[in-house]
Amino acid sequence: MVPATVAVLMLLVPLGALVIGTDLTDLWRQLGTDLLREALWLSVLTSTLAMLLCLLLGLPLAWLLARVSFRGRGIVRALVTVPLVLPPVVAGIALREAFGRTGLLGAPLLEQTGFSFPYTTYGVVLAHTFVSLPFVVIAIEGALRSVDTRVEQAAATLGASRWLTFRRVTAPLVLPGIAAGMVLGWARSLGEFGATITFNGNYPGTTQTMPTLIYVTRQSDRPAALALSLVMLAFSIGILLLLRERWLGPVGASA
Amino acid sequence: MKPITHHHPSTLLRLLVAAAAAVLALALAGCGAGSAGGEASDGGGGTTGDNSADNSAADDGDESFQVLAAASLTDVVGDQLADDFEASNAGVAVESSFGSSTDLAEQAADGAPGDVLLTADETSMQVATDAGVASDPVEFATNTLVIVTPKGNPGDVETLDDLADVDWVRCADEVPCGRVAQAVLERQGVTAEPVSLEEDVRATLEKVVDGEAAAGLVYASDAVAAGSDVETVEIPGAEQDATSYFAAPLEQAGDPDRASAFVDLLTSEDGQQALEDAGFGRP
Repeated sequence: MVPATVAVLMLLVPLGALVIGTDLTDLWRQLGTDLLREALWLSVLTSTLAMLLCLLLGLPLAWLLARVSFRGRGIVRALVTVPLVLPPVVAGIALREAFGRTGLLGAPLLEQTGFSFPYTTYGVVLAHTFVSLPFVVIAIEGALRSVDTRVEQAAATLGASRWLTFRRVTAPLVLPGIAAGMVLGWARSLGEFGATITFNGNYPGTTQTMPTLIYVTRQSDRPAALALSLVMLAFSIGILLLLRERWLGPVGASA
Repeated sequence: MKPITHHHPSTLLRLLVAAAAAVLALALAGCGAGSAGGEASDGGGGTTGDNSADNSAADDGDESFQVLAAASLTDVVGDQLADDFEASNAGVAVESSFGSSTDLAEQAADGAPGDVLLTADETSMQVATDAGVASDPVEFATNTLVIVTPKGNPGDVETLDDLADVDWVRCADEVPCGRVAQAVLERQGVTAEPVSLEEDVRATLEKVVDGEAAAGLVYASDAVAAGSDVETVEIPGAEQDATSYFAAPLEQAGDPDRASAFVDLLTSEDGQQALEDAGFGRP
């Protein structure tokens, strides 16, 4: 009981202090600025695009890891989870070594097409996808594993095709898990800072997301940074509550 | 492709999911993690003599002397001036903490342990003097803005006007080096836009060293520190917007006389020569 209470306090006290420490006049002043609107919009846009990319790439991989026995599966799973334990700044440096203008793939890309990821919104999405993909893969893999395959086999013995089985039996069972994975990936992208600023730098409108805006604002105007943090906190909680109502309820109930 | 029979997720997987949840919590909480000096509130004016054990270079019994210095002073203070000070103060081990002037001044104002504070601008020093932890700051160096390019100057940047043709970077308006860059660009009527506004001068320099930007605006001392990794193009007239460095003994200094002696070293002929060699100007 006591450790549980301490845990709750540990999570809530700093957030409460953030709310208490914010000056309301600063909050109003910040809410009206273009910088905030641009950064918040960019955060939502890049996190959403990254989430869709994670789903597109992560769902097949999660299915392979959960359902198909192949040589080296354990190694693949371990490798996929590496970015999870990597400090984000290391992720940023690694991304630059790969996709930077002088990077392993970035240099030939720039030479062939004239395009390079750093300093662009595409680069932000790339960084978000890199850090969020492991979360999505692991969450969806867990959901796929938790489905009793005997239910699928039963459907098959009743004459359902593989596609019909997937559509009518597997998908409804794993959908909440997939949704949870997407929310997890989206939230990770929304809070992403280290990899983004290291790989993409910081420019309003193209690469400046909310966490980056808060970081640079803090250098000169602490009250403003507090106000921006509060906006971010309220926004995150709002989204999580909304999603919980819509999607996460069933997951919590079945767990 | 045979289906795998249903079984419990491995312990590893469960650990990873737990880690994922923890990271998510941190990521969400991280949005509000801007509390500079939050961890410094435990150090209300204690002497620094008790943490000399942290310094691997120190013999047992050496007293530590803590210097809080702007990041641009890393090389000159961390190496040469620290050695000079230890040589003339037997039994003292200099420990330096480098960071953004704003952060260090705020930490000092919050009572973080330290003997002297060295900032890269007057505004940051003001934070500490206003809080009553520093007094009588002394200007000990200046720094001017220069253009740096990667080795070989691939973008052919010879003047500020050439910036219009390349991808270049500078510090964000919120940090001192960004304010200086803004002033220089404005004075010279340059309207070229950078591709990125970096969080500090070292990040700006790094983008150029790595070849991610064809040019960057940094301090002369940073260009010297980068050595042969970059080429330096001086900006005529940049000295009109030079930035000034200030030093002051801190209220929480273990030995006020020793703290004053460090400030004296900075303004002595030896100290000034070391700073000049590192690319700084004289006040």
